[in-house]
Parts: sequence; structure tokens; C-alpha cells
Amino acid sequence: MPNQIIEGSQAVAKMVRLCKPKVLAMYPITPSTHIPETLAQMKANGELDGTIIRVESEFSALSACIGASSTGVRAYTATSSQGLALMHELLFATAGMRLPIVINVVNRALSAPLNIFNDHQDSMSERDSGWIQLYAGTNQEAVDMTVQAFRIAEECLLPVMVCMDGFYLSHTYEVVDVPDDIKGFLPDYQPEHCYLDPNKPMTIGTWAMPEPYMKLRKELNDAAEKSVGTIQKVHDDYAKAFGRGYGDGLIEVTGEGSTAIVSIGSVCQNIEAVAKEKGMQLVRVRCFRPFPRQQLIGALKGKKSIIVIEKNAALGLGGGAMFHELRSALKGSDAKIACYVVGLGGVDVTLDYLRKVADSADSLGDGEVRWQNE
Amino acid sequence: MTGMIQVRIHGRGGQGAITAAEVLATAAFKDGKYAQAFGKFGPERRGAPVESYVRISEEPISIMQHVYDPDIVVVLEPGLMDVIDVRAGMKGDKVILNTDTPCEGCVNIDANCIAMDAIGKAIVNTAMLGALIKVTGIATVDSVAEAIMERFPGPVGEKNVAAMKKTYEAVQ
Repeated sequence: MPNQIIEGSQAVAKMVRLCKPKVLAMYPITPSTHIPETLAQMKANGELDGTIIRVESEFSALSACIGASSTGVRAYTATSSQGLALMHELLFATAGMRLPIVINVVNRALSAPLNIFNDHQDSMSERDSGWIQLYAGTNQEAVDMTVQAFRIAEECLLPVMVCMDGFYLSHTYEVVDVPDDIKGFLPDYQPEHCYLDPNKPMTIGTWAMPEPYMKLRKELNDAAEKSVGTIQKVHDDYAKAFGRGYGDGLIEVTGEGSTAIVSIGSVCQNIEAVAKEKGMQLVRVRCFRPFPRQQLIGALKGKKSIIVIEKNAALGLGGGAMFHELRSALKGSDAKIACYVVGLGGVDVTLDYLRKVADSADSLGDGEVRWQNE
Repeated sequence: MTGMIQVRIHGRGGQGAITAAEVLATAAFKDGKYAQAFGKFGPERRGAPVESYVRISEEPISIMQHVYDPDIVVVLEPGLMDVIDVRAGMKGDKVILNTDTPCEGCVNIDANCIAMDAIGKAIVNTAMLGALIKVTGIATVDSVAEAIMERFPGPVGEKNVAAMKKTYEAVQ
């Protein structure tokens, strides 16, 4: 039995404290609010070492983190939805400057219409920003991912988003194991590159003419693709130290069957139960960036039919982002690949609904997209 | 207890339906069980109908949806019976109702009266937990008391524990 019953946001905040960020610049926004709130309470109680910077927007929150990280210290923030959207230009700057900042993104729909509930449109819309994106399936995994994220970020010099579903995870009280200490799993941050030090002058994030600009963007892409190995290694080290692992660290495969459901986030809890009933396989994507192309090709080899279920929509293209990326990765395969767009703006993706999705497998055409509310 | 027990709490914004769910789940955990508590969030404001949910099980809980088929329903305010179908989807038949006018087919308890005596306010969320655990045995009195004290340390917690225990004794 895990050691406590706790709200998801509070569990993550406890782990953030153990990671000892030196600077936390946060601007509360629903449903991420309980994370900054809990961290601020810890600070007020004298339980948190880092400096909390109160800012006037999410743009400032990430700006402050960029400033802090550029001096070579560990920096952290949390946000959701419009907050992440407001950070948009800085997300690209963070990755371009190779600053290992960690954000807990508590996933929520984007306006309009205004909606505070869960889907993945906010983080999925930032998928090409150069950030590593990890998606938690449970509150336990959100806690475990958060500490892994700092190590991955600092080893790869890439920023990491730890995405957890708003309300479904953030506001749910559950039985979770939060370690009392992280036993040296995350060493103190000792920057070797990409930070400002008068004794070792360097410039980062500055002007670049076309050729060096493109060279740096290519290097950033290569670093992001190469981070696959580090993500897996950090995951494996954590599994060894704490006894909890999730597939190969990039994807998690459960069950067997000629039909596979590919999905992401906490909805996979319900999908796993339905896939088991229906004799299908679940492939849960844990790491969306870098895109685990080879791992997905391997896991989905020989499948007759693949259903992608996701909580985002590539508007004007139809289907979700993951569906299109998976189809591209599996080009030439005999599998029929279809997509269900579900749960936008917090529509509950129930076991009953997922049974209907599973039962529709034979009737789906290759490339077909259906929406939950159709 | 066999299998998973699902509880749905109907209340009005400000009555503490979500707090009650969290306290109950915490108590069940103290009894050595797995538990999950969450609310149906929305643009709540004081007085609007709200729902919260609790799942309790001997096994780890891996389900992420609202509670559509509760074993037990708790209603914190009798006026809700006129505007909400509190029995919607029920698997069980127990509706535990806070009321001074008994309603047929419900477990009726005047928790307002008990809360006014014990707390000095008609805040019935913790009091109603006493009725719930008496009827169902899904958590022990000691664990619920401990969970209340953790949530509200000091005199506020003590008054709420008193209300919970009084309701526990009052319910048949």
C-alpha cells in the first residue's frame, strides 16, 4: 500500500519540493492552481528552500525562470491552458537557449468558448517547441515523472513539460506513494554549459544570422531526438531505485490482441479496462516529444487494426495530432489506422463509451476520424 | 466489503460536498483501503447543485470517470430532491437524506439540527458522514474522526467530530 492519500496537485508539489528548485516563478491558473498554492504554503511554513517569485502573468513566470536558469540554477513553474499559450514565444526561447526548466502542465482546454476542463489541446499545441513532453497516466506517475523530468532536462539541456490531466488527476484524492527523500536520484544541478558566468563568458539566446540560426535549430532537433536514450535511462534508474516503472519509459504496452488502441494520459486507465474486456492491446504513449517512432513501430507490428484515442484536434486537418504522426510513422504498414477525438473541454470519456469505440473497430475505415459527440 | 463501493454526494455550492468526499476517502485509507475522491467541477457558486464522488475498494482503483452508478447516495439539502434525480443510475437503494421532514424510501436524518447544536452552524457535510458510515460501514468512526481532525485541526475539527458522532448515534 502506498504511503498516503493525497490530492494529485499536492502530491506533485511535494515531489517538486524534494527536487529543490532554486527559483519557482508561478502564476496560478485553474486547474494548476493547487500546485503553486501548495508550494507557497510550504514556503510560508519554512519547508521549501527555493525562492518563489510572484509574477503578474504566465509570460513573466517563464521569463523569470529563463532568467534564473540562465544563471545556472534549477528553475520551475506550473501552468495550464491559456497560461501555457501565453508562454508560447518563451517556450521556443527556452528550448533554443537549451535551458533545463521543468513545467508541470495541468492539461486544460483552450478558449474559445471559455472552458476550464481537461483536454490536451494546450500542451499538444506546443509540441514543436523543442520541449520534451511527458504525459502521466496516474497521479503516481505524475509524481514519479516530475523528479525524472529534472534529471532528463539537466542531462539533455532541454526543457521538459510534465503533463497531467486537469481535475481527473490534479483534483483527485488518491492513494499515492510520495517518497520522503529522493536518495540522491537527482543530484544538485551543476551546470556545465548554457549559463552566464563572468569567469567563463558566453552568450546565449542572442541574435543569429540565417546560417548559424538554422545550424542551431538543427542541433536542437537532433538533441530532442537523441534524448530518447536519456529518458529511458532515467526511467530505468528510477524504477531500480524506487521499484516503479512504466513500460520502456517511452510507451507502455498492456494486453494482447490484433487490434491495438493507442492513447495518452489518464483516460488510459479506463481504456486499459475496456481493452482487457475486449481482447485488445493498449499502447499508452508516455513520451510524446521526442516522438517514440521506433518504439511504436515495434509495438504495433503485425496489428490488423489500430485505433488512436486522443483529447486534442488538429483543426482543419481532422483527427488528433498523435493520429497523424502515427500514420506517418507507420506508412507502408498493412494496419488500418483510425482516430477518435474524445474528451474535448472535459467531456467524460466513460467505460461505456469506450466499449462502443472498441466495438466499432471492424466498421472503421483506414484514416477515418470520429468525434465523441458525433 | 466485497468489490468497489461507489458513493455520490449531492449538495449545494458551499456545503462542503467535496470536503466530505475527501474526508471519507482519507478515513477509508486509514482503515487500510484504497480510495479515490473527487468533485464534478464546474462554474460553482454558493447554492448551486454540486456533486462529489468517492470510491472505496480493497484493491487499487484504476477508473477515471464520474460516478454514474452509485451504491449509496448522500443528499446534504432536501430541496435538491425536487430539482435533481438523485437516484439516477443507482445500483444500490440507500439514499441518505438530511431533512426535518421524513421522505419515504430514504434514510432520514435531521443533520441541520445536530450541526446547529454541535457546530453552531447548519454545515452538515461532516455530520452526514456519521449517518453514511452507520448505514454502510464503509469507514470506521475513529478513522473518520481522525480524518476530520487532520482537515480541521483544533476546536473546529472537534465540533465537527462531535456532529459526526451524534449523527452516527441518531441514525437507526
